[in-house]
Amino acid sequence: MIQIRDISTIELDINGEKRKVTVRAADTLLHTLREQLGLTGAKAGCENGDCGACTVLVDGWPIKSCLMLAVEAVGHSVTTIEGLKNAPTQKAFFENWGFQCGYCTSGFIMNCHALATIHPGADDDTIADWLQSNICRCTSYEEIANAVKQVLKKDI
Amino acid sequence: MKIVGKTVPRKEGLDKVTGAAKYNDDIREPVAIVVADTEYQAQQAAYLINVEYEPLPVVRTPSQAIEEGAPLIHENLGHYGKEIDDVYPVPGTNIADHTKIRKGNMDKGWEESDVVVEGEYFMPKSDHIAMETRNVRVKIDPTGKVRVYSSTQSPHAIKAELALAFNLDEGDIIVTAPLVGGGFGGKAPVNLEFIAYIASRAVGGRLVRLANTREEDIATSPTKIGIEAKIKLGATKDGILKAAELRYLVDAGAYSDTAPRMAKTMASNGTGPYNIENVWCDSICLYTNNTYSTSFRGFGNIAHTFCMERTLDKLAKALNMSPFELRLKNAIGPGHTSATQVKITRSSVGDLEKCLHRLNELIDMERSLRVEEAKDKIIAKGMSCFWKTSASNTDAISGAILTFNKDGSINLICGVMEIGSGVKTGLAQILAERMNMEVDKIHVQMEVNTESSPKHWKTVASMSTFMAGRAVLAAADDAIRQLKDIGAMVMRVDPSQLEVGGQKVYMKSDPDNYVQFKDIVHGFKHQGGGNAVGGQIIGKGTYIMENLTILDLDTGKGRMGPAWTVGVQAVEVEYNTKEHTYKLLKAATVLDAGRVINPQAAKGVVMGGMSMGLSLGSREAFIYGRDGGILNSSLRTYKVMRFGEHPDYLVEFIETPAQNGPYGARGFGEHGILGMPAALANALSRATGLELDQVPINPELIWKMKTEALS
Repeated sequence: MIQIRDISTIELDINGEKRKVTVRAADTLLHTLREQLGLTGAKAGCENGDCGACTVLVDGWPIKSCLMLAVEAVGHSVTTIEGLKNAPTQKAFFENWGFQCGYCTSGFIMNCHALATIHPGADDDTIADWLQSNICRCTSYEEIANAVKQVLKKDI
Repeated sequence: MKIVGKTVPRKEGLDKVTGAAKYNDDIREPVAIVVADTEYQAQQAAYLINVEYEPLPVVRTPSQAIEEGAPLIHENLGHYGKEIDDVYPVPGTNIADHTKIRKGNMDKGWEESDVVVEGEYFMPKSDHIAMETRNVRVKIDPTGKVRVYSSTQSPHAIKAELALAFNLDEGDIIVTAPLVGGGFGGKAPVNLEFIAYIASRAVGGRLVRLANTREEDIATSPTKIGIEAKIKLGATKDGILKAAELRYLVDAGAYSDTAPRMAKTMASNGTGPYNIENVWCDSICLYTNNTYSTSFRGFGNIAHTFCMERTLDKLAKALNMSPFELRLKNAIGPGHTSATQVKITRSSVGDLEKCLHRLNELIDMERSLRVEEAKDKIIAKGMSCFWKTSASNTDAISGAILTFNKDGSINLICGVMEIGSGVKTGLAQILAERMNMEVDKIHVQMEVNTESSPKHWKTVASMSTFMAGRAVLAAADDAIRQLKDIGAMVMRVDPSQLEVGGQKVYMKSDPDNYVQFKDIVHGFKHQGGGNAVGGQIIGKGTYIMENLTILDLDTGKGRMGPAWTVGVQAVEVEYNTKEHTYKLLKAATVLDAGRVINPQAAKGVVMGGMSMGLSLGSREAFIYGRDGGILNSSLRTYKVMRFGEHPDYLVEFIETPAQNGPYGARGFGEHGILGMPAALANALSRATGLELDQVPINPELIWKMKTEALS
């Protein structure tokens, strides 16, 4: 168990690296990733768990990093979009024009990446169930659906 | 210099700077600034500030605002100093502007009409919901240079407006703007920059960051206009439109910003893409206590499209004619005139008839408009035409600079913001086309900096490809002339004998005889002796809007934009008669793009607009509490389209070149949204048997209207 008083140093496992950060108990994982580690791929869209722009993977599961405290991530493996390198999901979003302004894209990609890993054979309902947690305001979602389907067709 | 709170010079668009709390009843309106080292410290300090409010009567709707004896939002209207050109507030009222269209002879029009229909319409205020909330950083160097980093569509406007508001030299303000996380018009006005500047000044010029929470972004930063409208149309028994009387009341909110221009746009384009000889329009822009309005994708054209297209469906019903045929019969074309008495040409308006016929092939709009599929299930279709021209300043400018790298590649520098449309990719394509070279050898400056990027008016009005595209072509021609001049020296021929392509300057008569860009763009160095000629090649190009005029005060005569973009849309829904719920099955757009620069980008931007339009039509609106504040200011309560709710999208383009556009291209970044609320409302009206004359149309509204109809 971790006890935090005032500002403390904790160690996080981010994209396979051990990183030391100093946090307040109230600091969200999103805040710590962006402000302390310079990992700005996760975006703040609502800081209320409504839009999914801040989605990262914690032990492989998509988590809204605005709803998780940095201290809660101790002992878990966190993957941000900076930790994905040429992942099929990234390629699929690029090829299918699954983005316009790009602000929601990291969150969508992390969610889709986890979906493809956890449910490689996901049907349309499962895809919609997962992706309804994220908002894109630029595209029509059809482009994103095409990207997801491209990834799910292949074995990852 | 100045002190916080002291009156500073301002015009209408800048009225956000002072006196805000006095006029606006939303208690989240900024009234004080706290600057601290960290966000949480600032938050805690803000809790220590007590503000006492005296509740005043609230003016909620434009129809309340125009009533005799309504509380005045701006008691000093008309005494703010310099007013904006072409905007005429009426002191002693809540009227921010009144645009009149007087075309033809209304008596004659009504006389020639066998059928007359009327309708009243309402569209609420709602929000842009760009995924990146507005945010800005400002610092003031010891030398006095003001450095602004902003999420904006208008870096050059920030420079101009900060200079005006705070009596600074424009040259002392440097605005840097990286990629923008969505704008949709909401980041066109200068908003947080004023506050952040004051904050930085209060702490000796230190770097200050100000970022809206989602709730602040919705409730306090500028929003989409709301409208109330009355439309009356007259037509012969054959369905030829003879008269249109249009009255729009536009909700500007507490400050006018661009609302008067949108009201003007609604007046000038209010007929839609139809030929009507007799038009009478009053478009009145009104102050209310609502959060102020600014440009929103479509710039007022969604509103008049909704009103006109709903009325056309009523007219088609009265005439017992298909909605498709009625629209086709009245489609505007060469030889007609617009409501503002501009002569229409094929180049200026494109080809609506072609769009209509193509749409009819995609979704049959003449047959099976309403089918009872099963016991509780009705499939219905609705359509809407649309048109839009920009309503830009008559002197709006753009520019482009080309510099070359030693490897022969080109840097394209311009002031257009990349807000998601892919405009900079399109500009690179236009340049590659003119230079006859690979597009991946063109590097586009993505981050705009007002010190080094040439001025681009604003990234608004679907005009960036058009304006900056023209500037890029001019810059390319300038560079080509220089390349040929230096090539001529090197190759010892007349420049007229040379051509440019594949990053080479070559002889027309013998393409194997060439000199490469990389050997001449930074000057040509002779082999022997090493002396050099030519210098560095820098291409420049500019563009200024041509032949635009402000509208005549009495008749509305004038040219607001360089060309229209027309199109037609249709929506197919499945309505559940028991639950009053509905599914979106199909949505189609056929649009005359003039020339498609990048097909996939084009399709994406139109589909995105359609999605947003369906969202407006089906769910988006502010809900106000009894105290006047916005209740649904989070994304949990303010609903937008989500994944899986989307219909099948069909998007196609017609290409009728605009002679003044780059490679014939027309603007259409916004246009996908324009007819969607109308097409949805037409489909659902047909499905439900109701006249659905307001949005959003949700199951609750349908249920209420059904229940009222029964009782």
